Amino acid sequence: MKDRLSAFYWLHETQFAQISSNLITSQRRKAIDIFETEGFPTVRNEDWKYTSLKKLIAPNYVLPSPFASFDEEEQVEYKDIKKFLVNDIDCYQVVFINGRYSSWLSQTTHSKYDICTLGSAWKKYPKIVEENFNKLTKDDGPLVQLNTALAWEGLYVNVPKNIVVEKPIQVLYFTTGSTPVFNQTRSLVILAEGSSAEIIERHHSLTNHETWTNAVDEIQIGSNSSIHWVKLQHDSPQASLTQHSKINQEKDSKAIVHTISTGGKFIRNNLDFSLSGPGAEAHMFGLTLGNDRQLVDHHTRVDHIAPNCSSHETYKGIYDDYSKGVFNGKIYVHTDAQKTAAYQQNNNLILSEKASIDTKPQLEIYADDVKCSHGCTVGQLDEDALFYLRARGIRLKEAKALLMLAFANDAISDIQHPSLRVKLSQLIGRKLGVDMSTVL
Amino acid sequence: MSDNDKIIDEVTSSEYKYGFSTEIDADTLPPGLDEDTIRLISLKKNEPQWMTDWRLDAFQVWKKMDEPEWANVHYKKPDFQAISYYSAAKKRNIESLDEVDPELLKTFEKLGISLDEQKRLSGVAMDIVVDSVSVSTTFKKTLKEKGIIFCSMSEAIQDYPELVKKYIGTVIPKSDNFYAALNSAVFTDGSFCYIPKGVRCPMELSTYFRINEAGTGQFERTLLIADQNSYVSYLEGCTAPQRDENQLHAAVVELVALDNSEIKYSTVQNWFPGDSNGKGGIFNFVTKRGICETSAKISWTQVETGSAVTWKYPSCILKGDNSIGEFYSVALTNNFQQADTGTKMLHLGRNTKSTIISKGISAGNSHNSYRGLVRMSPRALNARNFSQCDSLLMGDKCGAHTFPYIEVKNPTAKMEHEATTSKIGEDQIFYCQQRGLSTEAAIALIVNGYCKDVLNQLPMEFAVEAQKLLAISLEGSVG
Repeated sequence: MKDRLSAFYWLHETQFAQISSNLITSQRRKAIDIFETEGFPTVRNEDWKYTSLKKLIAPNYVLPSPFASFDEEEQVEYKDIKKFLVNDIDCYQVVFINGRYSSWLSQTTHSKYDICTLGSAWKKYPKIVEENFNKLTKDDGPLVQLNTALAWEGLYVNVPKNIVVEKPIQVLYFTTGSTPVFNQTRSLVILAEGSSAEIIERHHSLTNHETWTNAVDEIQIGSNSSIHWVKLQHDSPQASLTQHSKINQEKDSKAIVHTISTGGKFIRNNLDFSLSGPGAEAHMFGLTLGNDRQLVDHHTRVDHIAPNCSSHETYKGIYDDYSKGVFNGKIYVHTDAQKTAAYQQNNNLILSEKASIDTKPQLEIYADDVKCSHGCTVGQLDEDALFYLRARGIRLKEAKALLMLAFANDAISDIQHPSLRVKLSQLIGRKLGVDMSTVL
Repeated sequence: MSDNDKIIDEVTSSEYKYGFSTEIDADTLPPGLDEDTIRLISLKKNEPQWMTDWRLDAFQVWKKMDEPEWANVHYKKPDFQAISYYSAAKKRNIESLDEVDPELLKTFEKLGISLDEQKRLSGVAMDIVVDSVSVSTTFKKTLKEKGIIFCSMSEAIQDYPELVKKYIGTVIPKSDNFYAALNSAVFTDGSFCYIPKGVRCPMELSTYFRINEAGTGQFERTLLIADQNSYVSYLEGCTAPQRDENQLHAAVVELVALDNSEIKYSTVQNWFPGDSNGKGGIFNFVTKRGICETSAKISWTQVETGSAVTWKYPSCILKGDNSIGEFYSVALTNNFQQADTGTKMLHLGRNTKSTIISKGISAGNSHNSYRGLVRMSPRALNARNFSQCDSLLMGDKCGAHTFPYIEVKNPTAKMEHEATTSKIGEDQIFYCQQRGLSTEAAIALIVNGYCKDVLNQLPMEFAVEAQKLLAISLEGSVG
């Protein structure tokens, strides 16, 4: 697999060079070199201790590329994807199919701000892209390097100073085809001083074949600006996702990220914040519902670089059947980051005998005037609470669902759009096999 | 208040107060390590063939291993060929105190633990190990009446070979880790203790370790077996003289708690931590582990104030149903000390319970890490764990880190983990100052309060000493 990927790069290097500037080509080359020397991470790597990529890299994936001709099979109609859209909110829409931008399904803009694709931004705004591309991901692991080398398309957002994006930006990545597909998607979001934006992101597979999306996101948030990002990971049972999101925050900026992982075979999220300006604020919420043989791995890291920053993390997980959960949260307080406030919480419910959870909350603190704490629990539903509900005539199944929804609520209550929230609780209900409208 | 006055008194007077060395006639091997060294150690100790073979086997295992690098500590790796692996005080076979080398007795008097006094007042039976060799064991006769065996490891190998053979290396196998393998190959002495069935040990058993000779490493091995329905409380204390070089201490402690027994193991570790510039000090790389059979209980309590680098994870294997593991720790680092310490609780049996309370304090330029593992296996029905790891920071150049690993593979298991890191509240200090305490006294008071959960677990005499020790170690850390 590793050799095929690097061969793919070297085969297409000249073509890659055409779609973006020389500087980026040299970065691609550096990245593929790192990937070639390191290879895919194994469980001997501390960051992948509980998550093996062995099965994921086994299938004979097809690598979609901009250089191949357009495939009939990639033809996707609006009716195919309608159910994956959040329809009742007016949104900008950016849709990709097998990594390729689908203009007839999308609604983009260049008027006050740019909401378009990285593929067009390479050409249109080479300078801005050069300045920001690969800036946060240079020293990351082999999967990120692989993406840097092979990525050619993804979301591009650039919001100028003091402008608010009025509508949420909905970005959807679909995978389709009659063979296993391995996609690299890459997004670049730049918010200048005092701006704000909201992004709803979803990866979904439309085929029954195994798919793997290796996504990397780079997000630069200028001072006083804010971002709200909702990641919906409710993919089909054959789909896998590895996603590295890197967020850099300047002075007094605010970022809220929701990661809702309810479907898919294999999910690995790396969510990294660098709080590099004083007064920056980061909020992370995660909700995981695992069943079957699902594996959901959340790695988060917050680098408190500047003083007076705060970070707040709440991750909840419910694991059933043979599912496996991994949580690794790291708070790293650098030497000069005095007056840091960092809080991290990870609560888990295990519902079946074969489900398991490995959690590792970490604090590394090199400054003294800080308030940092983390808590983590693993347990079951409270028998007394169940009894209370059942004594009031609620059936066991519904009672359990109700308790689980309450347990999960902390992680989704901050989502702004009520309709999205309702949609989420219905989705949770479906996953738990209960019609939530009868319960709530 | 008088207690606190005393603490302040001692605080003002001290650097490392145990930093003297004693001129004792010693029999020391030249530095270096190969099979011949091991054979020589074995020969000098007049060991049976099986023991020699066991050591050589461990040496083969060790040669194939690499020094662990995953811990959050940085130091210059010791040169294992530059260490002398055997150093013994020359006079042996001591029955009463009169026969103990008078220089040695003076050493203990300086330490404030006159054997004689201990014997009369506190009723603590002691085994004293200087430079890896046990020099005297007190109260042996009293213990013998109860059937309790408490002696040095080398005596145990001579006198109770079947017990040693049965249990040694069962909790910590030779191949467990780099330092355990090294220890298995070259250990020179240590304590051995066996509590027979149904016996409640009437007094605290205690071992006191001291590295005296320069250029030596200390490798002691402790084996403690509590047979069914027995109880024992065991104390361990350590000091070393002040030297510019780094000395290595790689000990192994194995505890076996059979059905319904209880072992309480307390440590006050005060090896020389290096001077205020980070020069010298002991490398303390220790492997400690206990195994609990049905309804047994092992409780580890440790107060770690010494050593330049500490690497230590006292662990419990909760093998039997209803067994209990506890870990209470205070780790204090100052100046350039580094500590990476914590515990492992491996829940295998049903209804097993474990509690972890860890309090870290870092001051000066030091780094203090908690690293722990709680694993609930699929068989461990209704396993329960509670962990609490707090860190206190003093000064802007120190670091406090937490690395808890939690692995749960059982739907009936319950575990909770919480950790906090903060500095001493200015309002707390202000409150104390208002009431006439100096900043230093206020900090000593607050730190003692912060550590109370752990110090309460220590036997009386130790708790007082530990309190003073904390105050002394913090001296000069407040600017």
